[in-house]
Amino acid sequence: MALADIRQRPGVVLAAAILLHVVLISAQVNTASGLPVLQVVTFGSFSEVQRGTMAVIDGVRGMWTGYIALQQVQEENNALKQELQTLQVRLQQERAEAQRTDNLRQLLELRERANLDTVAAEVIAGAASPDFKTVTIDKGSSESLDTDMAVISPAGVVGRIILPSRRASKVQLLIDRNAAAGALIERTRVQGVVVGVGDGMMRMQYVPGTADVKTGDLVVTSGIDGIYPKGFVIGTIDHADRGVGAYHEIVIRPAVDFARLEEVLIVRTPPASRAVTAEEPKK
Amino acid sequence: MRSAAALAAILIAIAVQTTLAGYIFRGSSTAIDLVLIVVVYVAIKSGPVTGLLAGTVAGLIQDALASGILGIGGLAKTMVGFLSGLLGTQFIVTAPLPRFLLLIVATALHAAIFIGLYTLLNLRQFPAPYPSIVGQAFGNAFVGVVAFQMIEWFPGFVDRRRAGRFLKR
Repeated sequence: MALADIRQRPGVVLAAAILLHVVLISAQVNTASGLPVLQVVTFGSFSEVQRGTMAVIDGVRGMWTGYIALQQVQEENNALKQELQTLQVRLQQERAEAQRTDNLRQLLELRERANLDTVAAEVIAGAASPDFKTVTIDKGSSESLDTDMAVISPAGVVGRIILPSRRASKVQLLIDRNAAAGALIERTRVQGVVVGVGDGMMRMQYVPGTADVKTGDLVVTSGIDGIYPKGFVIGTIDHADRGVGAYHEIVIRPAVDFARLEEVLIVRTPPASRAVTAEEPKK
Repeated sequence: MRSAAALAAILIAIAVQTTLAGYIFRGSSTAIDLVLIVVVYVAIKSGPVTGLLAGTVAGLIQDALASGILGIGGLAKTMVGFLSGLLGTQFIVTAPLPRFLLLIVATALHAAIFIGLYTLLNLRQFPAPYPSIVGQAFGNAFVGVVAFQMIEWFPGFVDRRRAGRFLKR
């Protein structure tokens, strides 16, 4: 039956026979380069098959990676987004750490410059009520901190300790309504008292109306209050008016950014005025 | 059955070619190809497929017994068997003259393929091949026609002899 079918297709049989002979001859004949024709032809033909196969595979792979595998890409994208967020958080942490290091460096410089017995502390909490401008620091009586010790920062005066506990202390900021500090205008050495007004700014009181006061003048501590050491920056004069009374009405912009207060120094050395006062009874 | 007969004829032709042909055609420059003659005969009697199969088998065996490249003679005889079978189905080649011409053409075609492939593959040189090809073509044609006539005449001759004996009785 099969033989009968073959007989009906002489062309196919002829082609098969010719192919058989060509293969047979090629297996025995070498090319000019010395390689067997069969090897060269087979390799050449098969390389084309391989090329075609690779083209198909590349096409399928491209379709797969470009279209079908998008779900995986989406998952990867989500993972990368998550990783990016993690890295962003870490970057912020690193920046915060760098900022903190910078703050601590400035604090250290201040400590060396002031030549005072100080201890560094970190602000760990803000005010419990918006009516009171206070912060909590992480050092207390265990670090020999006491009431009315001055708290300073590289930018300027921060406030004073009003309530020390063993491991923490409450600091009254200079912008609090109840805060006050002896001050003087650095340029003219005119003295006065700086008090908080509760809105983030301060007022300088008891500056004679005849005094030379200009906007932008630097106001520093005078040291006469027995709390703050002399010469530390309080702020700059934001504006000054010749009031109806005998004194200027001076508004001071604090040098310290109280909203971003992180590290502070507590001055354990009492000012000279208080030290003298404290030593006098002994005499 | 016909295939078996064709295979047997090929084997006999090869055997004769390799053993007796040297004695029969000794002294002649003409190289008669008995295998080719058998292939042509099988082809015109059985058609192109059988012809090409016969040519393939015969050529390969001949190549295997010779010292040349296996397949070149096979390919040549395959083509000859196929074309002879094709011509046998398209034309009436029962008379001696058409068979004579067919054998000449078949021999020429076989030589063209055989010599052509060897030359093309730079395997062998054939200086002035035409005289030998022409001689072989005529030789094959003559021997082939005679052989074909004898083969076809012999069964009838035997039958007639049997019939004559029966009538004498």
